[in-house]
Amino acid sequence: METLFFFVVAAVAVISGLLVITCKNPINSALSLIMTFFCIATFYVMLNAPFMAAIQVIVYAGAIMVLIVFVIMLLNIRSEAGRRGAHTTLFGSALGIFGLIELLYFLAKGGLTGSRGGLDAKIIEQFGHTELIGRALFTQFLLPFEITSILLLVAIIGAVILAKKNI
Amino acid sequence: MIPLHYYLVVSALLFSIGTVGVLTRRNAIVIFMCVELMLNAVNLTFVAFSNFLGSLDGQIFVFFVMTVAAAEAAVGLALMIAFFKNRESIDVEEMNLLKL
Amino acid sequence: MLEYVWLIPFFPLVGVIINGLFGKKIRNEAFIGGLATAMVASSFVVSCGILIQLIGMEPEQRVFQKVLFTWIQAGTFKADIGFLVDPLSAIMIMVVTGVGSLIHLYSIGYMHGEEGFYRYFTYLNLFTFSMLLLVLGGNMLLMFVGWEGVGLCSYLLIGYYFHKKSAGDAGKKAFVMNRVGDFGFLIGLFTIFWWLGTNHNVWTINFVELKQASELLPFGGVVTFATLCFFLGATGKSAQIPLYTWLPDAMEGPTPVSALIHAATMVTAGVYMIGRMNFVFIKSPTTMLVIACTGAATALFAATIGMAQNDIKRVLAYSTVSQLGYMFLAMGVGAFTAGVFHLMTHAFFKACLFLGSGSVIHAMHHALHHGHLHDDPQDMRNMGGLRKKMPITFVTFLVSTIAISGIPPFSGFFSKDEILWQAFSNPYHGTANVVLWAIGTIAACLTAFYMFRLVFMTFCGECRINPKVKDHLHESPLVITIPLMVLGLLATFGGFIGIPKLLGDLFGGIPNRFELWLEPVFEKSTEYAGQYAHAGTHYGHSVEGGLMLLSVGVAALGIGIAYTLYIASPSIPQRFTARFPGLHQAVYNKWYVDELYDFLFVNPCKALGRFLWKGFDVLVVDGIVNGVAAVVRGFSGVLRYTQSGFVHNYAMTMALGVVVILAFYIFR
Repeated sequence: METLFFFVVAAVAVISGLLVITCKNPINSALSLIMTFFCIATFYVMLNAPFMAAIQVIVYAGAIMVLIVFVIMLLNIRSEAGRRGAHTTLFGSALGIFGLIELLYFLAKGGLTGSRGGLDAKIIEQFGHTELIGRALFTQFLLPFEITSILLLVAIIGAVILAKKNI
Repeated sequence: MIPLHYYLVVSALLFSIGTVGVLTRRNAIVIFMCVELMLNAVNLTFVAFSNFLGSLDGQIFVFFVMTVAAAEAAVGLALMIAFFKNRESIDVEEMNLLKL
Repeated sequence: MLEYVWLIPFFPLVGVIINGLFGKKIRNEAFIGGLATAMVASSFVVSCGILIQLIGMEPEQRVFQKVLFTWIQAGTFKADIGFLVDPLSAIMIMVVTGVGSLIHLYSIGYMHGEEGFYRYFTYLNLFTFSMLLLVLGGNMLLMFVGWEGVGLCSYLLIGYYFHKKSAGDAGKKAFVMNRVGDFGFLIGLFTIFWWLGTNHNVWTINFVELKQASELLPFGGVVTFATLCFFLGATGKSAQIPLYTWLPDAMEGPTPVSALIHAATMVTAGVYMIGRMNFVFIKSPTTMLVIACTGAATALFAATIGMAQNDIKRVLAYSTVSQLGYMFLAMGVGAFTAGVFHLMTHAFFKACLFLGSGSVIHAMHHALHHGHLHDDPQDMRNMGGLRKKMPITFVTFLVSTIAISGIPPFSGFFSKDEILWQAFSNPYHGTANVVLWAIGTIAACLTAFYMFRLVFMTFCGECRINPKVKDHLHESPLVITIPLMVLGLLATFGGFIGIPKLLGDLFGGIPNRFELWLEPVFEKSTEYAGQYAHAGTHYGHSVEGGLMLLSVGVAALGIGIAYTLYIASPSIPQRFTARFPGLHQAVYNKWYVDELYDFLFVNPCKALGRFLWKGFDVLVVDGIVNGVAAVVRGFSGVLRYTQSGFVHNYAMTMALGVVVILAFYIFR
């Protein structure tokens, strides 16, 4: 049952991913991308990471995609006038497919090493995923976390400067 | 229990789709979305590994990737608006200022 | 006071910095000239203090070293910025700052209204700084820095009127010839340093330490080589045969420059250098003989050329070369004291002569300028009868001329006679002594002759200047005549500090203070000389007195001939010239030495240069450089097509790279 559910979600994710790169209208691409993000959020839930699923939906599907759709509408971008040259598409697709084959080859041949940590579904159940993430962020990863805030501040300032009327 | 490999294959597929999109599309915003798709494919790998190795570190990475993606979205979209104001287009074929 | 010795070169340096950086903005001639003069005068005051303190000390203790900081240290090699004060450098700083400040003062009047007034004083102060570094430098390297510095300033000041081609050429000539000499100086320095270091593990270039270590040097051999190299340096700087030809050309510079650099101070640097390193030179009898012969030959040779020149400054230039020859003669016969003594008196009377000629030229120039005439203001054939127009200049000039001719009791007599006596009686050169003395005496006669020829042609007889401007000739202002008078006094009485023993005994036992003063400096050479010099003939007082009378006699003879030829019967020179046109032409054209040098050195060098330029540089060097450029250009011409400027192409290439690298990891 679970495997079947996984396959359905995976199929939706891949198909909407394909739609992202095939749709001529950027709005359609954006909506397909949101669909993909939801699928990934589903995977997160299946992987015992409910907090990640929540922020996947809130930050990605919510904030970022809304911003992208907003910009698309603001700029009133028409569909692409014509496709790129056939050979570019062909060459790019060939490269992508070849890369995929290589990745799959790695997956098939490579073995997993490393030792398991102490985290399992029971502990997550006991403490709650959010609390675990919070503890990790505010103890072990405090400095990167604070640096992230500076990164965001820089991004805000950069965005304001770039989007100002006259630069 | 879904095997780890399943997730990795889905992730590889999404990543390749994103790559092809970046290489073949001309609309800068679509390219940008494809980049987001690639980032998400990687995130999925992280979370999958995190779950199967029983460690939170992978998820912390995902958290930071999302932060960077948010920052990237803000700056990248601002760049596109600025470019659009100059060229009335966000077609990357028009973006050839690298060659003077 | 001794602690403050660094102030002496420091003051002129301050002048250089202020005038050099802001002189163009200041423009106020009184300020610029006054500042430069004040700086040198301050150095003079400090020098006086040091001299007084030295006099107060015991003779053996009159050596003081002041090390400011370590300049270079590399392995066993160490060079300090340090100054050495001893009786010799004390005399030199007195001469340099004393004569220097007078000439600075004079320059304010002489250079009035010239374009680049501040430039002139900057260079002049820089020269004083370098010269003081040269004489105060406590080691050979610091001395070399000063040595190069004065060469540079000489070049800059000779070429002061750089818009005149002849001035620029003269500057270049002086610079290049000095370079030849400097090369010798450096080789000598390296040789001594290297030899003492490798053979005795004494790695030093410090003069005081060298003096101690000079015990280790052998007689002859490597020392001969090193000292000959040093002497080559001295010939370049002090205008001796074979490198003397630059000095007469150096007269293209302003006259005070000729007085300061090309008469009183810089050209004596070679003499000073030999005096400073007397303990090395004395160890090589061969070098001493070479120096003595070169000096004597130069003294005579330059004197002959001086007889036939018509340019007032050129006569003085050849006279300087000749007098420097005397100093080298003194050095070569081991009479270091006499050489330095003549250096000092020569600084007085030759500076006075040059400044006097400058005063004359100044007056001539203004008079001719007033009448819009383009006659040469330096040509003596245009002068004559200036005695009444310029009485102060005339008197000081005459006094100095008598001094240089060697008439007692003027200063030149004491120093020159001492040199001739030492040349005759020294224990080093055996039979060569008589020849050296004879040459010196003949040259003394010629000196008296050409100097009085100069005086008679310039100041006596009737005035040959264009009658139109005759009334515009007048005496120079006080700022010019005061230095003349001071120097005139010095030229008259300066000799009394070094009265020879014979005369001193005659007048109640006056000691030869100058000799006593310098004795500690040359003690080592006296010691070494005792180890190889022959006992020599000991001449009695009667011989010395006789020679003294003889030298006064030949000087009087020279004056007499000059009087006969240029006052009593002026037609003789013309008849003489008509009788021996070839000889006159040869002398007038300086024995064609310049032409010979052109033929032997300059033209081959030019030909070699042209070959290297047209053949080697243009074809080979440029060929390689341009070839490399052409290859790079060809490749980039092909590769530039990959840089399309489209983001997509770059992304595609990057993806291709990733795929290829992945493939490499998979299929390797």
